[in-house]
Amino acid sequence: MKPFGLVASIVALVAAIAASIAFGVTNIPLSVVWDSLAHFNGGNEHLVIRTTRVPRALIAASAGACLAVAGAVMQVITRNPIAAPSTLGVNAGAVFFIILATGWLNVSGLQALTWVALIGAAASGAFVFFLGSIGRDGMTPVKITLAGASMAAFFYSLTQGLMLSDGKMFDQVLVWLVGSVAGRDLSQLAAVWPYMGCGMLIALLLAGPLNVLAMGDEIARSLGQNTNLVRTLAAAAVILLAGGSVAVAGPIAFIGIIIPHIVRFLVGNDHRWILPYCAVLGALLLVAADLGSRFIAMPREVPVGVTTAILGVPFFVYLARKELRT
Amino acid sequence: MNNTKFAWFRSPRFRYAWLLHKRALRVSGILLVMCAVLMVASIAIGSQYVPPATVVKAVFGQADPMNQVIVEKLRMPRAIVAVLVGASLAAAGAVLQGIIRNPLTSPDVVGVTEGASFGAVLFVYVFTNQVSIHWMPLASILGAFAVTGLLYVLAWKKGVSPLRLVLIGIGISAAIKSLSYMLIVSGPLQLADRSLTFMTGSIYGVSWERDVATLLPWIAVLLPFTWLQARKVNIQVLGDDIAVSAGARVQRDRLLLLLLSVSLAGSAVAIGGAISFIGLMAPHMARRLTGPSFGSLLPVSALLGAIILLAADLMARTVFFPRDIPAGVFTAAIGAPFFMYLLYRKRNGT
Repeated sequence: MKPFGLVASIVALVAAIAASIAFGVTNIPLSVVWDSLAHFNGGNEHLVIRTTRVPRALIAASAGACLAVAGAVMQVITRNPIAAPSTLGVNAGAVFFIILATGWLNVSGLQALTWVALIGAAASGAFVFFLGSIGRDGMTPVKITLAGASMAAFFYSLTQGLMLSDGKMFDQVLVWLVGSVAGRDLSQLAAVWPYMGCGMLIALLLAGPLNVLAMGDEIARSLGQNTNLVRTLAAAAVILLAGGSVAVAGPIAFIGIIIPHIVRFLVGNDHRWILPYCAVLGALLLVAADLGSRFIAMPREVPVGVTTAILGVPFFVYLARKELRT
Repeated sequence: MNNTKFAWFRSPRFRYAWLLHKRALRVSGILLVMCAVLMVASIAIGSQYVPPATVVKAVFGQADPMNQVIVEKLRMPRAIVAVLVGASLAAAGAVLQGIIRNPLTSPDVVGVTEGASFGAVLFVYVFTNQVSIHWMPLASILGAFAVTGLLYVLAWKKGVSPLRLVLIGIGISAAIKSLSYMLIVSGPLQLADRSLTFMTGSIYGVSWERDVATLLPWIAVLLPFTWLQARKVNIQVLGDDIAVSAGARVQRDRLLLLLLSVSLAGSAVAIGGAISFIGLMAPHMARRLTGPSFGSLLPVSALLGAIILLAADLMARTVFFPRDIPAGVFTAAIGAPFFMYLLYRKRNGT
């Protein structure tokens, strides 16, 4: 049943990606989509597909997958059902570094900023991680949660302060402040793909140990698990996954919280299933939300976060009422 | 736990005992002094410096006319509003963290703040130039209560469980935020400007008649009343099973506490806008200073909230002088380093 569901979700994801490439302000028949990939002729439609639609769909899929997996891992290591990738301060750190780089160091160009975002995410995540693991009892869920939440708030507030002190900076960085998957380049995705891939690999390899850790630190330790090591590796995976996705798509909220809950409802508590399902369904939700955001206020687009909420919230509330396993 | 560590205040008539830790008394004393000093500093510093001694004189109406006007009309209401808003946000967060039992909970997470913002945005969107802007606080309080009502109904299923409450709260607050955003985007430009200031949270341009007079009675009743419920919060913290077997009426208490929290947060947000961080972090700071018993947690949280907002507002007025930046920008810039220091100092447990 579970493998079948996973295959079905993957099919749905492929269909959603195809739809996302085909539909928009100009609708392009699927045969032309195929042609543009197989026999590129430099025509208008082919150009739109290659430079706009395909990068957009792929970025949405990768970011959605990464955020959902990172969220599932975060909820285990903080043992908190409302933890999200941003709880580790990764998003706020990335955005702050971008503001700092554009405003004070005159770095520009999306490619360079992708790297800045990645560095910011890693620095902030590493500091939270350090702050959460000092002390005799090592890294405890409460400490890491609080360290992350206060770090996120701190960076967020510095960001706002910097922006208010310089008006024109606001326009340049606005594109980073609201998460979006539009207007990005395929080379940006290529730059962060290795990190996302590494993070995903670590997370998937940790699925078994995460199952043990989810039972609680004392049980995990008495079963012989080195909980600090598992938490460290898991936090590294979250930094890679969330850092990669914020670097390419900006801070997209909410997916990292709800997808893990939806998946747990569907497949139970085994992370060897939860994590792959999270990856596929997270990608599906973000691709679908991105597709939807083109049609709500056509020809203008609404931010993908808004559509994510519109699509995700009713289902999520329904599930929360029905029965949520945590 | 040793009885000598507690100062017992027992009323012979009413059956109340505030389980107040002696350390909490000492900490509150220190914080109270800090708060008073900051208030004086906040009144003294500004484009026109007023010496602290004159400030104290002006409070009693004994200063020269010029300084009297500056202190009485301009700076004092602002300092008082900062104290009230900060204290009630922190208290609301402390109550909410008690009933939901999740360290990440704050009025923003369960949608109270988003509801209040939505009320304010909707008010500006629908009634611009028709109804006086003075009614905006009422609209945002109504928004906060409406969203909480919706949350409670959706989370109700033979009682509300803390987990359902917070998860559905996250969902609702995301949805409401999207709605606010759609309104802002489709409305006129001035709406966007005003809404963004509201969503950051600021306390400039407050006046005695409008802001202090509406906020003070509410808070003066709500805060002590919340304090009297300390026992109920303490029992909720233990979890539903223990609370029920200890004889608490869990669902009724939870509704009462939720309403108290919304009233506190809603009225604070209505006047000060969606100021972040205080509702989340002030209770954690207090917990690290005095321990988890709600009787001491509430006053210490409230004082910390007041201090953070006073300091943030002072910084917002002076650092980028002459620009007056919303205080909500600086609450975390001031509070977070202090909290991280506390995390570091208490790294081996209390």
